[in-house]
Amino acid sequence: MATIEQWLEALLHFCEEIPQHKDQLNQLDSAIGDGDHGSNMTRGVQAVKDKLDTSSYSELTDLFKDIGMTLVSKVGGASGPLYGSAFISMAKTATESSDPTALMAAGLEGIKKRGRAEPGEKTMIDVWQPLVDKLHAGQLTQEAVSEAFQNTKEMKASKGRASYLGDRSIGHLDPGAQSSAYLFDCLMKAGVLNE
Amino acid sequence: MNKQAALLLVSHVEGIAEGLKELLIQVATDVTIITAGGLDDGSVGTSFDRISAAITDCESNTIWCFYDLGSAKMNLEIAAETTDKEVMILDAAFVEGAYTAASLLQAEVKLDEIMQQLSPLMVKN
Ligand SMILES: Nc1ncnc2c1ncn2[C@@H]1O[C@H](COP(=O)(O)OP(=O)(O)O)[C@@H](O)[C@H]1O
Ligand SMILES: [Mg+2]
Repeated sequence: MATIEQWLEALLHFCEEIPQHKDQLNQLDSAIGDGDHGSNMTRGVQAVKDKLDTSSYSELTDLFKDIGMTLVSKVGGASGPLYGSAFISMAKTATESSDPTALMAAGLEGIKKRGRAEPGEKTMIDVWQPLVDKLHAGQLTQEAVSEAFQNTKEMKASKGRASYLGDRSIGHLDPGAQSSAYLFDCLMKAGVLNE
Repeated sequence: MNKQAALLLVSHVEGIAEGLKELLIQVATDVTIITAGGLDDGSVGTSFDRISAAITDCESNTIWCFYDLGSAKMNLEIAAETTDKEVMILDAAFVEGAYTAASLLQAEVKLDEIMQQLSPLMVKN
C-alpha cells in the first residue's frame, strides 16, 4: 500500500508538471473552450505547492483536504470545484481506507457528483472512469492512460463549456482529460498506483 | 427592506453581475441584492472565496442565487454546503430569472409563488 510520502511525492510532481504544460493545456482549451485551463490549473497547483511546502502531514485525509480546499479556492475555472471535489471526496474516504483504488474511486465519485457528467460527455471523467475501472481490475498501464485521453478526441461534448459547441467539439482532445492524465501519470511514477 | 430573501448574482465577469444588479435595482429598491463576479484580480472566472464571503456578509439568512455558466453553479454548491444559511441555487435564465425574482420579492409575493413563476424560466440542467 502506498505511503503518505509516495502520495506527497506524486502530488508535488503533479504541481511541477502542470506549469510545464501550461501552454499546451491552454491551447487544448482554446479549441473547445476559453483557453484558460493551463493558467487555471497552474494557479491552483502553485497554491497547493506553497501549502504543501509549509505543512507537514501524518494523515492522508488532512493532505487531501488541504489540496481540495486550495484547488476550490484558487483555480478559478470549472476545474477548481471539480478537482477540489475529487480531493475532498478522497479525504472523506481516507478516514476509512488507504487503498489507492478506493481513494481514486472516491475522487471519481466527487467529480461526478459535482459536475453531473457521465462517461462519454468529453470531460475529465473520460479519463477518471476508465482508469478507475482498470485499477479495480488490476490492469492500469501507461498505455491505458494515454488511450483514455486520446478517446476524448472523437467524443461530442455535452457538459462544460465545450458543450456549447455541439458537433464542433468533435475532433479535439479535452483539456481536463489531459490534466487528469498527468495526474494519473504522476501517481504511477511515484508508485502510488501500480503499473 | 424585503425580509423574505436576498438575491445573489454570480457571474464569470464582475461587470455582468454588477450590470444585472443595476437592472434589478430599478424594479426592486427594497430587495437586498449582492454580487460575486469575476476573480479577485478582476479577471474572468468564478471565485469560491468571493461567493462564500458574499453569503457570509449578507444580512439575510435566506439567499436565492442566480448564475451565468455551469462552473459558477459548482462553486455556488460548495459554498452552499459550507454555510448554515439557507442558500437556494436557481437554474433559471440568468437575467430573466433574477429579474422575475427581484420584481416579485419587491411586490412581497411569497417565496413558493415566486418559485412557480420561475419554473418556465428554468433553462439549465
Ligand atoms: N460538468 C463537468 N464534469 C466533469 N468535467 C467537467 C465538467 N465541466 C467541465 N469539465 C472539465 O473541465 C475542463 C475545463 O476546465 P477549465 O478550463 O479550467 O474551466 P472553465 O471551463 O470554467 O474555463 C474541461 O476540459 C472538462 O474536462
Ligand atoms: Mg477554460
